[in-house]
Amino acid sequence: MPISDWFKAREVRKYTSTSADMPGELPDGVWVKCPSCKHTLYQGDLDRVGDVCLHCGHHFDIDAPRRIAMLADEGTFEETEAGLTSVDPLRFKAAKPYTGSLEKARALSGLPEAIVTGRALVGGHPVMLGVMDFRFIAASMGSAVGEKIARAFRLAGQEQRAVIMVTRSGGARMQEGMLSLMQMAKTAAETERFARQGLPYISVLANPTMGGVTASFAVLADVIYAEPGALIGFAGQRIIEQTIRQSLPKNFRTAEYFEEYGMIDAVVPRGELRSTIALTLDYLADPGVPDASEGAACPTGLDGGEL
Amino acid sequence: MARFVMEFERPLAELEEKLAELKRLDIAATIQLADEIAGLEREIDKLRDTLYAALSPWEKVQVSRHPERPKTQDYVEMLFDDVIELHGDRTFGDDEAIMIALATLDERRCMVIGHRKGKNTKENIKRNFGSPHPEGFRKARRAMKMAEKFNLPVVSLIDTQGAFPGLEAEQRGQAWVIAENLATLASLRTPVVAVGIGEGGSGGALAIGFGDRLIMLENAYYSVITPEACASIIFKDATRAPEAAPCLAMTADDLMRLGIADEIVREPLGGAHRDPAIVYASVARAITSALDELCGKDIDDVVAKRYDRLAMTGVFSEGE
Repeated sequence: MPISDWFKAREVRKYTSTSADMPGELPDGVWVKCPSCKHTLYQGDLDRVGDVCLHCGHHFDIDAPRRIAMLADEGTFEETEAGLTSVDPLRFKAAKPYTGSLEKARALSGLPEAIVTGRALVGGHPVMLGVMDFRFIAASMGSAVGEKIARAFRLAGQEQRAVIMVTRSGGARMQEGMLSLMQMAKTAAETERFARQGLPYISVLANPTMGGVTASFAVLADVIYAEPGALIGFAGQRIIEQTIRQSLPKNFRTAEYFEEYGMIDAVVPRGELRSTIALTLDYLADPGVPDASEGAACPTGLDGGEL
Repeated sequence: MARFVMEFERPLAELEEKLAELKRLDIAATIQLADEIAGLEREIDKLRDTLYAALSPWEKVQVSRHPERPKTQDYVEMLFDDVIELHGDRTFGDDEAIMIALATLDERRCMVIGHRKGKNTKENIKRNFGSPHPEGFRKARRAMKMAEKFNLPVVSLIDTQGAFPGLEAEQRGQAWVIAENLATLASLRTPVVAVGIGEGGSGGALAIGFGDRLIMLENAYYSVITPEACASIIFKDATRAPEAAPCLAMTADDLMRLGIADEIVREPLGGAHRDPAIVYASVARAITSALDELCGKDIDDVVAKRYDRLAMTGVFSEGE
C-alpha cells in the first residue's frame, strides 16, 4: 500500500470504533473479493479502514450503525424517534405485500426503519445525525422516513444543532403511494425552515442516492459531499437508457461526474469524511453559542422575518 | 374528426361503428332495419353508462392521457384574459414543456405555471411531451419568485408524465432543480392553488404541483410513480401497468381519502374531452373560490398553514 494510503488508514483507525456485535458484521477470518479490482481482501483489514478496498480505494456499501460509529465522536450518539415506524396505509400488495417487505427489512437490518436519527457530537460539534440504511427496502422514503427527517430538522433547530444527513436511497417508497411523494415536499419544507435559523446542514451522498431523496432534502444542504464512486441521480438508469436508446457513459452520474458538473462541493473518501465534516462545522457552526435557551430567544427570522 | 379510442372503449366504439355503417345504407334499407338500429342504439346507451359509470384507476390513466383532453394551453386560453406569456430560465434556455404566464382570471391577476403538452406530434416534440428539463423547472421557479415579489397568487396546472429522464437533464441537475422548487413552493409568500388537470407523474409533477389547495379533475391522476414504471419494478413487466395502477392510490378519490387533495372537479361522462366547455367553467369556479378564500387572508397565516399541511402528511406508527 502506498504510504499516503497507510496514513489514511491510520487516520481512520484513530476515529473508528468497531464493535464486534454490530448487526450485519461478518465473522473474522472471512475473505472478501473487491467488486472493482477483484483483489481478495481480509475482512478484518476492511473493518479497520472503514470498508474501503486497500488496493483500489473502492468504497464498499456500509450499513447505518457502522456509519454512525465512524462519524460520531465515540459514545456520543443518542438515537431519537426509534419507535417511529412504517405502517401500511394503502394495504399495498402487488407481487409482494408491503407488510411482508417491512417485516423482512426489519429482520434483515435489525432496524425499525430505513433511517436512523439521533443527537451526536462530531469533532465536538453538537449535531443531529441522520443515516439511511439501504438494507431496509432500499432505504426508500415513506411516511416514517419523511417524518423522522422532519423531526430531526425541527429538533436540531430547537437545540441549535447542525444537521448531518448521510443519504443512500432508491427514492420515494412506492408502497405508500402519494404519501411518499409528499414526503419530498415535506422534507424540503423542513430544510427551508431550518436554513432560516442560520444553522448549518451538511449532506453526504453515499452509494446510491436516487429519485425522490436526491430531489428533496439530500441536495438542499449548505455543503454537499459525496463518497467516491457513489451513484447519484434522479431517474433510474434503465429508464434513461430506454429513453435515449443508447448505453450510458461509464462514469455517468457518479460523485466524480457531479463534482465535475458543479453539482456537489467535493468527493470525500470515507477515511477523511469525519475530519472533513468536523472542519466544515468549525467554519459554519458558531462554537460561541452552545446555549440552547439563548438560541431560542434569538430572533430566528422565521416566517415574519422580512428584509 | 374521428375520436381517439381508448383501449377500454373499444367494445363501445365497435358498436358505434356498426351503427354508423347501418345508418350509411340508403334510406329504404334503413327503414327496413329500423328495429335493428333502435336496438343497437339502446345497446350503445346501456354500454356507455356501464362503461363510464365507474372507471378503474387504469382506465382513468387512459382518460388522463387522451390526446384530445384539454391541456394547460387550453385552460390558459379559455379561462384567463389579458395573457402575457413569459419565457426562459435566464440561465440556459426556454423549456416549452413548462408554460408561465401573467394572466387574469375573473378580474384577479395571477401567475399561471403549467406543464405544457402538445395537441399533436409536432407540438409535442417541441414541448417534449410535457416532460421538463432542469431549465423548465428553473423557469417555473422564476415565475414563483416573481409572483411572490408582486403579490400575484400562483395557479399551477399539473399535467406531466414526469421530469424528463434523459442524459442531459441529469447532467444539468434534474434532482437539484426539483428539490429547489419544492423548498421554494413550500415557503412561497403568496397563495398557491394547484390543479391536477391530467397526469401527475412523480417529482416532475410535484415540482410545481402543491400549495395551499389541490384541486383534482375527476379523471386526473397524481402518483409517486407511473403505473408502467411501477409494474416494471414489481412485476419486471411494464405491460402489467393495469395491475399496478390500483395499488398506487393515485386517483382523485384516493387523494381525497388520503387528505392530499381538497376538491374534485367532476368531468362529463367519458372524460373532459367529451365536453371541454363544461370543464373549463367548473375549473374556473373551483380556482376562483379557492383564491377568494386565500387572497383575503394574512400571508403569514397562509404560509404557516401550508407548512402545517405538509408537516401533517404521512401515516406512521409512533410505537408504544
